Amino acid sequence: MGLTFAQKVLAAKAGVDWVDVGQIVEIEPDVCLSHDNTAAIAKKFASIGVDRVKDPDKFVIVLDHTVPASESKYAQNHQEIRAFVDRNGIDRFYDVGVGICHQVLPEKGFALPGRLILGSDSHTTTYGAFGAFAAGVGRSEMAVLYATSRIWLKTPASFRIVVDGTLAEPVTAKDLILHIIGAIGADGALYKSVEYTGESVEAMSLSSRMVLSNMAIEMGAKNGVCLPDKKVYAFLEPRAETEYTPVLPDADAEYEQVLRFDAGSLEPQVAKPHTVDNVSPVADVAGAPIQQGLLGTCTNGRMEDLRLAAKILDGRTLAKGVRLLVLPASQEILLDALREGVIDTLVKAGALLLNPGCGPCLGAHQGVLAPGEACISTANRNFKGRMGSPDAETYLASPATVAASVVTGVITDPREFF
Amino acid sequence: MNSGRVWKYGDDVNTDVIFPGKYTYQPMEPAEMAEHAMEDLDPGFAKSVKAGDVIVAGKNFGCGSSREQAATCLKAAGVAAVIAPSFARIFFRNAINGGLPVIELAEGTDAMKMGDEVGVDFATGTVEHAGKTYTFPPLPPEVLAILEDGGLIPHVKKVLAKE
Repeated sequence: MGLTFAQKVLAAKAGVDWVDVGQIVEIEPDVCLSHDNTAAIAKKFASIGVDRVKDPDKFVIVLDHTVPASESKYAQNHQEIRAFVDRNGIDRFYDVGVGICHQVLPEKGFALPGRLILGSDSHTTTYGAFGAFAAGVGRSEMAVLYATSRIWLKTPASFRIVVDGTLAEPVTAKDLILHIIGAIGADGALYKSVEYTGESVEAMSLSSRMVLSNMAIEMGAKNGVCLPDKKVYAFLEPRAETEYTPVLPDADAEYEQVLRFDAGSLEPQVAKPHTVDNVSPVADVAGAPIQQGLLGTCTNGRMEDLRLAAKILDGRTLAKGVRLLVLPASQEILLDALREGVIDTLVKAGALLLNPGCGPCLGAHQGVLAPGEACISTANRNFKGRMGSPDAETYLASPATVAASVVTGVITDPREFF
Repeated sequence: MNSGRVWKYGDDVNTDVIFPGKYTYQPMEPAEMAEHAMEDLDPGFAKSVKAGDVIVAGKNFGCGSSREQAATCLKAAGVAAVIAPSFARIFFRNAINGGLPVIELAEGTDAMKMGDEVGVDFATGTVEHAGKTYTFPPLPPEVLAILEDGGLIPHVKKVLAKE
């Protein structure tokens, strides 16, 4: 019997040939990520009584959650982080404006196949799209990683999700992952390592695979990997910070479940308030009024997302009483979108362009919702109160569905525009 | 044996309703975090919760964000334990790391209602409710050691002091 992807990475990191499912291993991750929570982590780190970060080159810190600071307390938080980074010689620090951490790490060549990456952010799973074992941890754990570089992990059982067929434009990876989460539930893959495979995943762009890996956490998974291939190697060719060794599961690895989905028959999907697994075809809620659209976030703020929305918004304008916030996931994407004219198209349609960052996704600033308002968003969570008032509603959908809906002012199936 | 009053909630209680995102990146001490505990799920919780109370919930408690304050705020509010059929993995880790006992109880949670008395005995691994005793699986020794030391930071301090 062979090893799954998760077993193989954890065994390699533990320096052994084999780890059993359920086995606890103590390992040293290759890369650790934190963001605006670094100041709070630094305080916990200080309480341990270790003077300096043990291995500063292991840590990447990106300011993205409340950027630029909207209140002095956020500014003070950023200030403390800059001082911490300087004091400890952490060179891999990306200040306000560079982008969302989950976009910046791949762009800067830190998310590599076979690596074990931990982040004090639940969407750290995103780097699975590049063949890394990537999982979220808490603040205390990150503080201990600063001090010791070591952590315990339990070896998860694995699910294989096989997606056959071809997605038909404008149906996207977002519709697919919402459909999967709706089918198996918010705890459908609780504590599992998910391997996404099949012809549909192989045919996907890396940006689309990032959507699948990003939202693995929304079905409870520990990590969600797409097996690395030539597309990954080509993307990393000019970027990878070091050489890397891809890890693939053995052909005879044991899976707790194998789940099959058909991309070909999929129609646009939406997650209705207030849970990510409350999913139905867009057609079922078509006509529901919305006041805001959000295009961006670590889930759907990349070029293919902005392009798809621009295709629908080209030559059209937002419906009366509707606003659209656009947040490219990084500076690099913003520049590409400017060069291509995509930003031009979106802004002419009436969109408000915001700086790269997490924006209103987590309800801290930049376009939060009033009581009674509804938003259609390309983000990954629609929990009660997440985007501002607990009496507001958030629908999650693809960039195409968001674009179609802000044009009509009601939730709209984007196929009407194709 | 801890005996406490039950606060009962449903399935998939997420970290956004336990501790809203708008507070997540503000500097805040645990006592202040406790004032916002469960704010978007049960606005009356923070004012009425007493030390030793127990949260009993449905499956997948603590899903969503990795924010550690979701565990910290409950601990600071005096919650003695959270009992649920299953927990989201990051919340589970955060709870142990913050010294908040989390109990995976396969059966019995359905019968426990808001305001009931429930007893928790960590030494025997049992929960008592309405004359019935339920057993829960012990934590792995590596994990139990963290909880017994009062959380990950004190645990690591102790380990480093020994080295």
